[in-house]
Amino acid sequence: MGVEMEEQNLEAALGDSVILTQLDKVIGWGRKYSFFLYPFITACCGMEFMSVAGPRYDLDRFGAALPRFSPRQADILFVVGTISHKQAPILVKVYNQMAEPKWVFAFGACVCSGGMYNNYSTVQGIDTILPVDIYVPGCPPRPEMVFDGLIKLQELVQNERSSKWPRGKAAYEPRVKR
Amino acid sequence: MAELREQVQRKFGDAVLTTHAEHGDQTVIIRKDAVLEVMRWMRDEPSMLFNFMMDLTAVDYKGIKPPVWRFEVVYHLYSLKHNHRIRVKVPVADDSPSIDSIVSIWKGADWFEREVWDMYGIAFKGHPNLKRILLYEEFEGHPLRKDYPIKKRQPLIGPDN
Ligand code: SF4
Repeated sequence: MGVEMEEQNLEAALGDSVILTQLDKVIGWGRKYSFFLYPFITACCGMEFMSVAGPRYDLDRFGAALPRFSPRQADILFVVGTISHKQAPILVKVYNQMAEPKWVFAFGACVCSGGMYNNYSTVQGIDTILPVDIYVPGCPPRPEMVFDGLIKLQELVQNERSSKWPRGKAAYEPRVKR
Repeated sequence: MAELREQVQRKFGDAVLTTHAEHGDQTVIIRKDAVLEVMRWMRDEPSMLFNFMMDLTAVDYKGIKPPVWRFEVVYHLYSLKHNHRIRVKVPVADDSPSIDSIVSIWKGADWFEREVWDMYGIAFKGHPNLKRILLYEEFEGHPLRKDYPIKKRQPLIGPDN
C-alpha cells in the first residue's frame, strides 16, 4: 500500500498529468485480460467447459475466450477431464511446447487429484507431472467455480514478478521414447 | 416354437454345458472347443440368424469358481432379422487362458477381442492382430484380473503414484 500511496501523491504533485507504476504491474495487467487458452479436453468435464466457453456463461468477459489449437500460441493450458497414464506424456509434451509465460489450469476433480479413479489407468492429479497454478475441483465444476478460479488466476498473474519466468520444462521426461 | 436356447442345445448336445433364461434373457453356456462351430451355426441358421455381434467381454471368477472355470468369455448376439437376442458364455481355464477368435465369423469382434486380451489376458487364437488396444505396450499384466494388485501403478511419466 505504501508504494501506491507514494505513487498517488507524486501523481497529484505532478498535476495528475502522468501515471506512475511498475513495469511488472503493467505487464501483469495486460496479461491477465488476454489469456489465450489451449483446451486439453479428454472427458466429461469438457461438457462443462463448453458451457463456460459458450455465450451463456461467456468466458470472453474475462478476455479468455479465444481457444488456440496450437500450444505454441497459448498462455493457459486448460486441462479438462481425466488424464490417463497413456496420455500423460502427451500432456507434458503440449506443456513443454507452450511459450512462456504459461499457466496451468486444473479443471475438475480428475485433473486435481485423479477424482474417483484411483486405479491402474489414471494420473493421480496432474500436479504430479506439471506445475499447476489453479485448482478447480468439482465433478464437474460449475461454471461459477471456473470463473472464480479464473479470477483468482488473474489476481495471481497481476501480482507476479517477471523474475518468475521462465519456468522451464516440466520436471519429468517420459520413460519410453516413442 | 422352442426357445432359442433349447434349439441350440438340441443341435449341439454335449457342447452345451447348460442353459438358463431369466426375465426373457436367454443364456447358453458352451464348451470352449465348440465356439466356432456353434457361433457359425447361430449366424447362418435361418431360424437364428444372429447377424449382429453386439458385445464380447469377459469375467474373472477367481476364488468364486474352480480354476478350470476361472474366466468366462461372454458374447451377446442379436438378430436384426428376427429381433431376438441370446447370451453365450464360454468357460476358460486359469492357466494361459485362450479361446478361438470369432473374427472370421463377425468382423466386428476384432477390437472386442483385443480389449479382452488387454484387460484379462485371454488370448484369441486366430485373431489377425492381437495386441493391446487401450493400454500401452509397456504395461505389464492385465488390470481387470482379480489378482492384479489393486495399488499397482505403471506410469509412463512422472512418479509411481
Ligand atoms: S471430474 Fe468428474 S466430470 Fe470431470 S472429467 Fe472427472 S469424472 Fe468427468
